[in-house]
Amino acid sequence: MTSLALGPITLGHFLSVGAILFALSVVGIFLNRKNLIVLLMAIELMLLAVNLNFIAFSHYLPVVADRMAGQVFVFFILTVAAAESAIGLAILVVLFRNRATINVDELDELKG
Amino acid sequence: MDMTTALFYVFSAVLIGAAFRVITARSPVHAALFLVLAFASAACVWMLLRAEFLAISLVLVYVGAVMVLFLFVVMMLDINVDGMRAGFWKHFPLAGLVGVIIALEMAAVLLGGFRLSEAPATTAAEIAQGNTKLLGIEIYTEYLYPLQLAAVLLLIAIIAAIALTLRPRRDTKSMNPADQVRVKSRDRLRLVKMDAVVEAPAAPVADQPVAGEAK
Repeated sequence: MTSLALGPITLGHFLSVGAILFALSVVGIFLNRKNLIVLLMAIELMLLAVNLNFIAFSHYLPVVADRMAGQVFVFFILTVAAAESAIGLAILVVLFRNRATINVDELDELKG
Repeated sequence: MDMTTALFYVFSAVLIGAAFRVITARSPVHAALFLVLAFASAACVWMLLRAEFLAISLVLVYVGAVMVLFLFVVMMLDINVDGMRAGFWKHFPLAGLVGVIIALEMAAVLLGGFRLSEAPATTAAEIAQGNTKLLGIEIYTEYLYPLQLAAVLLLIAIIAAIALTLRPRRDTKSMNPADQVRVKSRDRLRLVKMDAVVEAPAAPVADQPVAGEAK
């Protein structure tokens, strides 16, 4: 674990933060199985972890000319994440209006 | 331990602590506020990686727009928080197992390499132009077509969100302007042809008192 010890920060440090964040949000999805809003928040956290990895890799990329590509990708992920949360929350509002609940366990009309 | 290292550890600790509180917070409002904290400290970590434009846009887009939307929705819906928390600890063994497996897998990958401690030196051109301008050049030349697709995606998201939540109000009385414009004169007034009728003069009623005079 020398790379994760206190010392000069390396690429591994940033990737570790991203990995911990991703694992935490997966645990959050399992724990908050009933609450759709917290599920959406956990998905946002996952996207944040992925974005952190992209930016860390682009910062440490040896090829200077290609370094911006990772940040451009993060830009597009931000766009998609904003669209996703807007539509997800709209669906949530419509769901609450029709069923008066957002409990995942009670949303079983499709008998899936 | 220099300044950058210390800042990295501080921001990362705040980020992970806030993320932990997001998934364990009792109230969804607290979860949303901790998510704001997580995004803000993630923006600080991105600053350390010299991605200034993305850090600022993370704060603007997420903290400014998406999280306000989250808070609106959380406060608009009347959520039974206790019912939501009913099976919280029931899933904990499985969740912990999955989390530990993910962490071990990532550790197996991370320990194999990625000990790169020195970022390649920034060139003079990069320093002169700055992160924002470089990103802009890249987006508007190399990635112009994906940028336009992203713009169309955002437009579709706006239209979908409005179309989903829009509902016609049935309890208000309002005019439909299209019907008003489309109306013709024959819809309003109907002319009926009929023969002329000559009125016979009525018999004079002189002796009967008028009901109003008796009082």
